[in-house]
Amino acid sequence: MGRIAKIARRTFLFGAAAIAGGVVFGYYRYRKPVENPLKDDLAEGEVTFNPYVKIAADGKITLIAPRAEMGQGIMTTLAALVAEELEVGLDQVTVEHGPASGAYYNSALMSENAPFAPFEHSTLKDGMRAVMGAMGKIMSLQGTGGSTSTIDAFEKMRHAGAMAREMLKAAAAVEWGVDAATLDAANAAIIDPASGKSLAYGALAAKAALLEPPSEIKLKDRADWKLLGKSQPRLDMRAKVTGGRVFGIDVTLPDMLYGTVKMNPRLGGRMKSFDAKAAEAMPGVVKVVEIDCQFGHGIGVIADNTWTAFQAADAVTIEWGEAPYPADTAAIMEVIETGLAAGGGFSMREIGDVTAQFADAPQDKIIESTYAVPFLAHATMEPMNATAQFKDGRLEIWSPNQAPVIVRYVCSGLAGLDQEKVAVHTTMMGGGFGRRSEMDFSGYATLLAMAADGKPVKVTWTREEDMTHDLYRPAAMATFKARIGGDGLPVALDAAIASPSVMRSVVARTVPFMASAPLGPDRAIVDGAFNQPYSIANQNVRGIDVMLKVPVSFWRSVGNSQNAFFHESFMDEIAAASKLDPVAMRLKLMADHPAAAKAIEKVADMSGWGKPSPAGTAKGIAFCLSFGGWVAEVVEVADTAEGIAITNVWIAADVGLALDPDNIKAQVISGAIYGLSAAVGQEITFKDGMVEQVNFPDFEPMRIHQTPQFHVEILENADDMSGVGEIGTPPAAPALANAVFALTGKRIRSLPLSKELKFA
Amino acid sequence: MKLNVNGVERDLTVPDDMPLLWALRDALDIKGPKFGCGVASCGSCTVLIDGNPVRACVTPVSAVTGPVITIDGLEKDGKLHPVQQAWFDEQVAQCGYCQSGQIMSAVALLSEIPNPTDTEIDQAMGGNLCRCGTYPKIRAAIHRAAGAGA
Repeated sequence: MGRIAKIARRTFLFGAAAIAGGVVFGYYRYRKPVENPLKDDLAEGEVTFNPYVKIAADGKITLIAPRAEMGQGIMTTLAALVAEELEVGLDQVTVEHGPASGAYYNSALMSENAPFAPFEHSTLKDGMRAVMGAMGKIMSLQGTGGSTSTIDAFEKMRHAGAMAREMLKAAAAVEWGVDAATLDAANAAIIDPASGKSLAYGALAAKAALLEPPSEIKLKDRADWKLLGKSQPRLDMRAKVTGGRVFGIDVTLPDMLYGTVKMNPRLGGRMKSFDAKAAEAMPGVVKVVEIDCQFGHGIGVIADNTWTAFQAADAVTIEWGEAPYPADTAAIMEVIETGLAAGGGFSMREIGDVTAQFADAPQDKIIESTYAVPFLAHATMEPMNATAQFKDGRLEIWSPNQAPVIVRYVCSGLAGLDQEKVAVHTTMMGGGFGRRSEMDFSGYATLLAMAADGKPVKVTWTREEDMTHDLYRPAAMATFKARIGGDGLPVALDAAIASPSVMRSVVARTVPFMASAPLGPDRAIVDGAFNQPYSIANQNVRGIDVMLKVPVSFWRSVGNSQNAFFHESFMDEIAAASKLDPVAMRLKLMADHPAAAKAIEKVADMSGWGKPSPAGTAKGIAFCLSFGGWVAEVVEVADTAEGIAITNVWIAADVGLALDPDNIKAQVISGAIYGLSAAVGQEITFKDGMVEQVNFPDFEPMRIHQTPQFHVEILENADDMSGVGEIGTPPAAPALANAVFALTGKRIRSLPLSKELKFA
Repeated sequence: MKLNVNGVERDLTVPDDMPLLWALRDALDIKGPKFGCGVASCGSCTVLIDGNPVRACVTPVSAVTGPVITIDGLEKDGKLHPVQQAWFDEQVAQCGYCQSGQIMSAVALLSEIPNPTDTEIDQAMGGNLCRCGTYPKIRAAIHRAAGAGA
């Protein structure tokens, strides 16, 4: 068997998910052109040029930004890609999420899962990436995640704009009897420089849309960009400063009812019995229904307002069954610890001979540490919700979700309908962070709608239901071992990371018939540790998939969120043991990776690294290459009367190509705050099979008075464009822990840090 | 019962103990105030009653005696309130869900302290959570609005 096949078998997405994808969404050949889903839903006088562009006779231009706007600003950047080539201003367009359709497949979401480090290129490896990208199309994967949206869209959405522009030029050329090549496009009009004539897009659109699309399209040179590479005002900003009704929770429909759910808090457990008599007697309650599906077992309430639904759900007496996992955190962590101790596991990148290196290493040249991180909730500001209506054999869903094609698949299954009978509208999201790639909230809305006699039902979860029924960032434990050479630098790195697989958990509930299929290695278990740009002659990072049925999922930066903490804490330990400066040590190890070294140099320069810190303060540094972004962060902490305060954070982030610098800065800061919030004080724990944290006071995110000063530089040294929504998160926790070590001499190897230290 | 919201006298029939937030959102279809926690911990539901910032999610509608202003009532004649304009100019919002509450808390702060220090901003805004981490821009927007005489 050839090497590609061997690698393919080692790769989760190439195995089970690809098969599941084919079964679920239907295979079709990669080369087959996809239908334009806009064709069937055009307004009077409106035409469409491709799945991204609609133009009406009155001049209204509508662009489709088919990735979930959950705060990351993607709507604006995607619109700018099309607008740049279409030669229109962002103030001249309307932007929509668009329908659920295979036309909006995300090939980058698949190819970024290739089992290599992003800096490893070869014919074989790039070939694998291309094949995996094509899988995205075959699977109709209209997903938003993995920080892939701009990478996926960069070529194809500029092409979409250019294609429409050229067709508009061709229509004007016919109108004026001139050669299209002599015409210009600017400001939503085609202009003939020779005659000075001009025609607005609205006047040309109907005729232009009938023309054959150009066979060759030349995209503009970067030097000619008007929008890209420059910071744009966000298109969603005005709605969001005026309380606009843009979120799923704001959906309002005629005759709409209101619902909520109360599912077994022992996640995955059964409901033994329930008594809804008192609840159903409450004024305003329409009915209480049992919900039993792959996402949970419990009850749903339909009422004439949300508050009454909440009250009624609490009034239902329920006897819950047992959880399918150990009852408390200590017992759960013991399962992970046992998995780690058992050894073995998979490896996606072996360099040199780690075994031989440790076989003859003198004991005083070996450093070894064990680390642990807890489960974490996403805790989006907007609690889970969705609205659904089942009427005349058709299901319509309004859902703040990150994967509309999968919503359509899952909810059609729950309703027993063909997928053609299901329409999904994607609203804006009050935060996503991976949580809204899950299907539970859309599924519950579907099941309540099936019981609502044709009326729409908006199903809103309480914060308590949301916090205790999340799909969590998995807990993980890791052992890192290094052999130190004569110069103090590591010559061998041997690591093992044990954690339940996110992919296995997601597949089991999203595609239940695949639940028992052998899935192969889940890259998320080792992501952020196995693929870092440190030239260490012997490296092996093993991943151990721990069989544990606590539901886990994608959490901002996924595996990188815990593995950067392990890896970069350990690098700091090596530096400390070898009495090397952590910046100088990294620069030596990163000599083969200029983008990494330059990010480290930049952040060191920005933060005044190496100069004496003011009394009572100290700095720590960490680095992570994730989602193609090379990010170095320095955190400064201060000893105060109230506890440890985080005073300054410096970030140098190399994104290869910065399409919208201000938005990227905002995203990088956002990611860092998300990571710092978790590192300081957040954890999800279990007791009696139930999550103990029920609301924000038990799972406190960083607040404004705890927020440090941020200093961010965006770099463009890397060869490839990276994503930006997650890259700020991974280095935040280790940079903070390393700063705490520098300040206190205390090496904390388990998060959150507040278990051992008081923070201001 | 009667409720004065954004300068308009409204009639509504809801249970006395229904929180103001749900009376506004579900009964009156005023969607600016958002539901975040239900326990006055996140501030997404912040409205002004008699000019004071109040968490609508824990305030029974029957206990409301004064006029209520929500973010939906800040804009005048299509022109943003100076605090909203500062939020726009600083490009504060990301997901935007908490920003209705953030802006209402900032409006209340600036009416009390026209030119707040960072410490005063921290104290006044500490009850408003943001999971996107827009706090640095919130601080900048409040200073900008103060400069504009909001």
